[in-house]
Amino acid sequence: MSDTTTTAERAPSVYVPSAEALATVLAPGARPPRPSALGASLTFGWRAMLKIKHVPEQLFDVTAFPIIMVLMFTYLFGGALAGSPREYLQFFLPGIMVTSVVMITMYTGVGLNTDIEKGIFDRFRTLPVWRPAALVGMIFGDVLRYILAALVILGLGLVLGFRPEGGVLGAAVGIGLLVIFSFAFSWVWTFFGLILRSEKSVMGVSMMVLFPLTFLSNVFVEPSTMPGWLQAFVKVNPVTQLVAAIRGAMSGESDPSATMWLLLWSAGFVLVFGTLTMYKYNRR
Amino acid sequence: MSRRTTGLAIEAQGLTRSFGNTRALAGIDLQVPAGTVYGLLGPNGAGKTTAVRVLATLLRPDGGSARVFGHDVVTEADKVRSRVSLTGQYASVDEDLTGTENLVLLARLLGLRKPAARERAAALLAAFGLTEASDRQVKKYSGGMRRRIDIAASILNTPDLLFLDEPTTGLDPRSRNQVWEIVRAVVSHGTTVLLTTQYLDEADQLAGRIAVVDHGRVIAEGTPGELKSSIGSGTVHLRLRDPAQRPEAERVLREALDVPVQLAADPVALTARVGEAGTDLDASAQAARVLSDLARAGIVVDNFSLGQPSLDEVFLALTDHPAVPTDERDDELEAAR
Repeated sequence: MSDTTTTAERAPSVYVPSAEALATVLAPGARPPRPSALGASLTFGWRAMLKIKHVPEQLFDVTAFPIIMVLMFTYLFGGALAGSPREYLQFFLPGIMVTSVVMITMYTGVGLNTDIEKGIFDRFRTLPVWRPAALVGMIFGDVLRYILAALVILGLGLVLGFRPEGGVLGAAVGIGLLVIFSFAFSWVWTFFGLILRSEKSVMGVSMMVLFPLTFLSNVFVEPSTMPGWLQAFVKVNPVTQLVAAIRGAMSGESDPSATMWLLLWSAGFVLVFGTLTMYKYNRR
Repeated sequence: MSRRTTGLAIEAQGLTRSFGNTRALAGIDLQVPAGTVYGLLGPNGAGKTTAVRVLATLLRPDGGSARVFGHDVVTEADKVRSRVSLTGQYASVDEDLTGTENLVLLARLLGLRKPAARERAAALLAAFGLTEASDRQVKKYSGGMRRRIDIAASILNTPDLLFLDEPTTGLDPRSRNQVWEIVRAVVSHGTTVLLTTQYLDEADQLAGRIAVVDHGRVIAEGTPGELKSSIGSGTVHLRLRDPAQRPEAERVLREALDVPVQLAADPVALTARVGEAGTDLDASAQAARVLSDLARAGIVVDNFSLGQPSLDEVFLALTDHPAVPTDERDDELEAAR
């Protein structure tokens, strides 16, 4: 990016506003019909794509971070828990995929908070478009990041010896479930992004929620060795249901009960936090 | 055209809004005629930004009501949004995107299809002298270019009412003049402009009517001429050669002008208002008389100037307190969460 800093100071030829030139753009034209809810959301999604194009560094957290997570835990726990890293990976890969992706959902809240702080959301909120579009579009952009992270992890897993019995279809269904849940879960962070004071506090709250949620689950070990009270929490934890459903899909033996719970949780997150978010968004 | 240029663009009664313990709006009344530039003049923290945010449907008032082209800003917010556009004091385009991308994005959100959106963006960039910078990220724009893209983004759909929140704060004089020219062009095409500013000079240059805002209230309203004549149209500043002559000079001034004379901390300086309402001479004639009276009294003047009253002097005259700046939006952000 070093070449761009020099252009910053380059003065353009002096601009003299010309009445004729301004007249051509100021003539009131016919108002086009307002875009559909989906159209507006996709346009906001396009903004997220453009931001990735201009600031590709922001993809670190969906590439480097998941790779580190997979390598670290596979080799740290593999031998002790399953005899070998390769053996452990068959159990562990869907779990670490969930952990990594659910962790990066928090950037939705951070991004929203930054947009508000900068003032750009004032512009969006004065546009006559479907109200949730700006937020839905933002999450659409994030969904692409989730898919990218999931594919990176799957790819690395395959290289390290992960062999899903469910084949391509099973893996695709697994990633699909993960994306549905992550989309729904992102609404928790849009809410916190709206109510918290700064980017840092959004991060802080996210970590406080995400660490217990991802670790106190079936991601790393089977819950059967845990004390009863912990098992109780692990059992109701949506991350546990998500991991069970994805493990089922990827291994070719689907887990209908876990899948149903996961979809119910997802619907619940959208319903509760989507509503809270929109309430806050309209009232600010 | 008639719906855009006749009647009232804004009608607000008793708008109030507090943030925690800060009373940002303490009962604002406004009547903004359509097709004109209306100035909200006041120091930072007076409530200008909050008023604009309420009128632009970004913030709900605690009390009172406001209509924009007859639509209530709370209950008919969507109808209001389709008629207005806001250029806020802070980032109103995405700094990570290029000029073209920002305008195409907003044009698409306003319902234009992609080819039409691109065409509109290119036309606006050309009219605002930004064609060369169209593929550069906005964060690399200069302050003046930045303001132009902000305004270009606001007139994508030629709004009926444009809010400009301190459009020239922080700009150099040339960029400020460019913004003024743009505002004049915008209003000449039938768009009503509500402009907030801290500069009396700016309101005077652009606005047909001005409301002076302080502590969340309108403390004076009228045309620039009316406002100025109500507080005196100018101020004379004098610096004497000999501080010992100041008492004598003060007496001469008081007799010539029949107004109180301010003695500055500087022992050779004096200030007095000229052109007060109700006097028979205008400011320059009065100033001339002061000079000749001083010369006749044998008082040596080193420096003499006659200027428009500053915002601070307007405030002193209207409120008996100087304009004390605080950062309104910081208070607002703090308290809104």
